[in-house]
Amino acid sequence: MNPQFDKLVGSKRAFFALLLFTFVVMPVMYSAEMITVGQINMIGRYMCFAILALGLDLLWGYVGILSLCQFTFFCLGGYAMGMHLAHHGGPEGIIDGNGWKIPACLFVVYPYDVGESSGDALVPGFWKPFWNLPLTVALGLLIPGLASFVLGYFVFRSRVRGVYFAILTQAIAVASWLVFCRNDVKLCGTNGLVRFDVIAPAESLTTFNPVDAKDKWIESHEGSLDQDLNKDGKLDQLDYSIADVGFSLSSDEVRFGLYLITAACLFGAFLLCRWVVNSRLGRVLLAIRDDESTLCFFGYKPYVYKIFAFSLAGILAGLAGMLYVPQMQIITPSNMEAYRSLLVVVWVAVGGRGTLAGAVLGALVVNLLYNYFTSQHDFYFFSWNPDYWQILLGLMFVLVVLYLPNGLIGLLDKVRGSIGLLLRRNSS
Amino acid sequence: MTQSLEKERSSSGDVGSVSYLDGYREYLPSQVNHEAWSSRFVLFVENLSVSFDGFKAVDIPCYGVGHGELRVIIGPNGAGKTTFCDLVSGKTRPSAGQVFFDGKEITTMDESEIALRGIGRKFQTPTVFDSLTTYENLLLALPGNQGWKDNLFRAESKAESANIQEILEKVSLADHRDKLAKSLSHGQRQWLAISALIIAKPKLLLVDEPAAGLTDSETEKTAELLLELSKEHTLVVIEHDMEFVRRLGSTVTVLNEGKVLAEGSMGEMERNEEVMEAYLGR
Repeated sequence: MNPQFDKLVGSKRAFFALLLFTFVVMPVMYSAEMITVGQINMIGRYMCFAILALGLDLLWGYVGILSLCQFTFFCLGGYAMGMHLAHHGGPEGIIDGNGWKIPACLFVVYPYDVGESSGDALVPGFWKPFWNLPLTVALGLLIPGLASFVLGYFVFRSRVRGVYFAILTQAIAVASWLVFCRNDVKLCGTNGLVRFDVIAPAESLTTFNPVDAKDKWIESHEGSLDQDLNKDGKLDQLDYSIADVGFSLSSDEVRFGLYLITAACLFGAFLLCRWVVNSRLGRVLLAIRDDESTLCFFGYKPYVYKIFAFSLAGILAGLAGMLYVPQMQIITPSNMEAYRSLLVVVWVAVGGRGTLAGAVLGALVVNLLYNYFTSQHDFYFFSWNPDYWQILLGLMFVLVVLYLPNGLIGLLDKVRGSIGLLLRRNSS
Repeated sequence: MTQSLEKERSSSGDVGSVSYLDGYREYLPSQVNHEAWSSRFVLFVENLSVSFDGFKAVDIPCYGVGHGELRVIIGPNGAGKTTFCDLVSGKTRPSAGQVFFDGKEITTMDESEIALRGIGRKFQTPTVFDSLTTYENLLLALPGNQGWKDNLFRAESKAESANIQEILEKVSLADHRDKLAKSLSHGQRQWLAISALIIAKPKLLLVDEPAAGLTDSETEKTAELLLELSKEHTLVVIEHDMEFVRRLGSTVTVLNEGKVLAEGSMGEMERNEEVMEAYLGR
């Protein structure tokens, strides 16, 4: 309907070409060993960032809200998945008094009370729901969604706008980073959640605690001692803990599978966002960006729409975080640092603010450049130092702001337009 | 206030001079009968005042606009015309007093609630959404579609889209249906803003300086449009352009220094010495 939208996201051919590339060409290249599983994994991780960028673009590009705490929501999702993975993190760690295993990463930085010894440590209650994978996925979307909803509700209702909102979210990013760094929060402090082993052990789909899971496992192997892994003549918790089978995160197939799931989620998130911005609600979002106060006189409550967009962006960030952690196999509070959320703004700006495809493009391009330019390269006359990356990134941002207001996607459009013009001129 | 009333009455030998309170004499502020007022006026205010840093921008003991009326408010710069509109439409909260619309008090409601109750507002500068097309601008103004769920899950119906097309043709914007609003001329933007108001079907329209910055032919067309609108809506028009006001030929209220100075036809106002003094600074 709107010519602007047609140009930016309506190109069906480009969409199907990308779909083909992601799900056919990449797997073929992988099976032909033209690209390694490490590279596949890297692209999978950058696709998580692209989902994150989609959310910010919805906020910043369409509604005009500059949120500087998107990585905080990303980490909320990431920590949810991280706790699940830590629960099933192999034989390390100790069994606490209730039969729950304290994961290795939590055990080493466990904040004991005065007089407590390591035997008194218990798995914190809020860790327990994350034993179950479906619950983890639900909570990983719900927690960032709810956090952004509550924040949006109070902030947008009191009509905090523009730069004040940006500063507020930046402050929230810093505050939550400080909170997650503390050992007392029992989220493993600055070490973060590490030492993952498997994802989705069969038991974790149906059980809500390790005791039941262990009993179920022993029952299913009753009488057979081939699962007696520590050879002590009986099936017990130790055997179960070692045999906690699932999809090993270090296996190539699983890493490739995670890439496929991430890619599917990215396409899904893109279609969801496109549906939102092409609906009438998308027009309302643009109207808020243009002139929020006038919209009130049309009978709209802009804060409702802003809360909607902010919550949706929060949920997308949570999804991105949940997909990122099993691929990165670590989640630390450093992902929450204030500059991380600023980086998302750079991705979106470089790719093209206000266009969904631009956000995805920006996230992928900037991160691939980051990957290339943060290693040592020897060119003809000088050697590239990884430290120069920051300068390059800053330069890129400044140049895009000055000369490419529509970002790389605008540049692509211009190139496509002039090629089309050239062809037409030649043929006539 | 009473002093000026006395003055008005003493000179009441002149038939043309009308005190604005004449019409409301039966309901003086101290004894406003809300039911009687509601049946008589679609919009009325009681002891309405607002002050900015001690300066009383508006101070009206009582004032009403009848059902289906076309009312023009004139007055010198800084008389409080726009502030009055701000108070009615919820943009500004009054320091004291009450505003009633359609029998309900709306003093404490916010802009969107008041808009949903049926007060539409057109600002001095045409307020259209630049990154939307002409069609989409009107789409947003459709009544009964202001909830987020409705907007997300339901596209506009055929009837609604035909309704928009009809209005676009009426204001000769049909050719610009899919153009971005930022590419429209000033006059076209004015009409788009007015069209957006019409489509929302408000009971009361507050129109702030519709003729400002328009060419003569556009002004003429705008006057016709307003007259046509007044058949179906109650209209309150704020205007500076005397020729334009005369063209509308309706009851005129003169505001000065936040107070209602006089009320009557344009001819009467031009003969009213007090009004001429305030307006022309003589």
